[in-house]
Amino acid sequence: MEQTLFLLIAAISVIAALGVVFNRNVVHSALSLLVNFCALAVLYFMLNAQFLGIAQILVYAGAIVVLFLFVVMLLGAELGEKVTSWLTVQNGVMAVLAVILLTVIGTAVFESVIQGARGDFTPEAVQQYGQVQLVASALFTDYVLPFQLVAVLLSVGVIGVIWLAQRHQQSSARREFHD
Amino acid sequence: MPIEIPTLNVIALAPQIVVVVTALVVMALDISLTDKRVVGYVSLLGLAAAAVVTFALLGGPAQAIQQMAVSDGYALVLNLVFIVTAALAILVALGYLDERELQHGEYYALLLFSTAGMMLMAAATDLIVVFMGLEIMSVALYILAAFNHRQVGSGEAGMKYFILGAFASAFFLYGVALLYGATGSTNLHAIGEWFSPDRGNLGDPLALVGLGLLLIGFAFKVAAVPFQWWTPDVYHGAPTSVTAFMSVGAKAAGFAALVRILMVSFDQAFTLDWQLVLAVLAVLTMTVGNIAALAQKDVKRMLAYSSVAHAGYILVGVVPATMTGVKGVLFYLMAYAFMNIGAFAVIAVLEHRDAIGTALSDYAGLSTRKPFLALAMAVFMFSLTGIPPFVGFWGKLYVFRAAVEANMSWLAVVGVINSAISAFYYLSVVVQMYMRTPTDETAAAPALRLSGPVVVTLALALVATVVLGLWPTPLVNLTALGIFG
Repeated sequence: MEQTLFLLIAAISVIAALGVVFNRNVVHSALSLLVNFCALAVLYFMLNAQFLGIAQILVYAGAIVVLFLFVVMLLGAELGEKVTSWLTVQNGVMAVLAVILLTVIGTAVFESVIQGARGDFTPEAVQQYGQVQLVASALFTDYVLPFQLVAVLLSVGVIGVIWLAQRHQQSSARREFHD
Repeated sequence: MPIEIPTLNVIALAPQIVVVVTALVVMALDISLTDKRVVGYVSLLGLAAAAVVTFALLGGPAQAIQQMAVSDGYALVLNLVFIVTAALAILVALGYLDERELQHGEYYALLLFSTAGMMLMAAATDLIVVFMGLEIMSVALYILAAFNHRQVGSGEAGMKYFILGAFASAFFLYGVALLYGATGSTNLHAIGEWFSPDRGNLGDPLALVGLGLLLIGFAFKVAAVPFQWWTPDVYHGAPTSVTAFMSVGAKAAGFAALVRILMVSFDQAFTLDWQLVLAVLAVLTMTVGNIAALAQKDVKRMLAYSSVAHAGYILVGVVPATMTGVKGVLFYLMAYAFMNIGAFAVIAVLEHRDAIGTALSDYAGLSTRKPFLALAMAVFMFSLTGIPPFVGFWGKLYVFRAAVEANMSWLAVVGVINSAISAFYYLSVVVQMYMRTPTDETAAAPALRLSGPVVVTLALALVATVVLGLWPTPLVNLTALGIFG
């Protein structure tokens, strides 16, 4: 039962991912991405990671996809660039390389024992404390340094976005002035 | 559920914290100051403070922060490399940005953040922290590459670097995920323990594929063949002051994390299965970089390909995975910081506002127009070739010696042959400067102005290249401190 469900969800997420890449309409691509994110959230639920699943839906399926759609709308790029044919020599070579890489990785995965970490997230602990507390305790004890570093990374991103967007306006204003 | 808040040993990351705080101060000053050059000088002060803190920690016991990062000799010596790189790059930028009316506080803040990311990569002992450092460094560099909003080429450089860099980060993350699946940890020491011979995990395919993917991620960051395609376009399109910074800094950071991961975590697993692959990568990187550089007519583009070749030389020191190799790599990175940024500083002077003036023919007769500039460029070119008595010679000597000691003499031989090839294009710049008369166009070009900060950069780089070439002992002693804690 669980395996059937996994295979079904996995198939949906892969098909949705392909849809993101191959759709000609950018809006359709963004919506395929939404399906993909939701399918991933279901996979997290199946792994007993409810908090992660909810966060995935709220942040990615909610905020990020909406942002994507906003950008598409603002840029007016609904139809995107026209692709005459996917069947080019270059794409063929890349597909072959990708299949080789996936085969190698797939073989390695099947040949090895996946050990993973034996963390604190046992079903008993989850039942006793709840997921949020467990995630929080991991974030504020073992992973407090990466947690802080994310803040640095985000401020870099904010500075960059402001610089690129703001200057763009100024320079176009200047161009109009010169014209 | 009671959570015990751990005591954080923040001393271990003091240099990084100083740099991040300086970046925040710079942002705040940027709002209140009208003369943005002051912001640049404040950044230099912050870097000096970080250097002082680094020296204070150097030689003491290795301090760790929650098994996530460590301030051992290796990280601290690399801190100095990054601080020197950032300081020289800021000096170049002070002059370069002024002339292009790009003098803004954001530039210095991003550069400092990027430096902090590099320093984190050197100190990280957990793959998650390596990734965080990598992203902080890269995101800042993407924006810096696109900093010149008046030039399409700059935006294109940033965009290309961003897309390909994100792709490489994905490979890196995939590798981390597979390693986590195989070993059950992202901690470098825990992975190293998992690979210890008595556990019998040496040939585990999943972990080895994971390492392979990590290598791809790093090969992209250090611009090794076959992941070098972005290098010429990005280095050529980005503002020259940024190219100077990232050609040294990003490379040094990539090697910093790669060497620690190979030495601490993989050790035998690496020498058994991946060493030959990396050796082949080194040979390809040197050869392709040098041969492509031969065909260039533009000095900035030529130096981009030459930086690919230099990634190959440094890989020669990484492949043996011995302490001799590590010291050689540290020496090379420091030497490369001086001579390469010096060379880019000369390019920055010759480049006009509209990105013309980087062609080889623009250097014709430079010795008569600006003798000091021509002399400095000649020294940097000789040093990059690896001609004694300049510091580049010792760098090459030390990395090649590591290969010979590890019974991989053939690798050193390929390196020496490649150095000979590289002499052709480095010396062609010298020939242009000293033996060609200026063309009508170059003679008619606007007069070259040497601003104060650029003169300081050139003087510092020149003195370091010559003095450390004649007397490399201090730098050798410094790299000897670069041990893993």
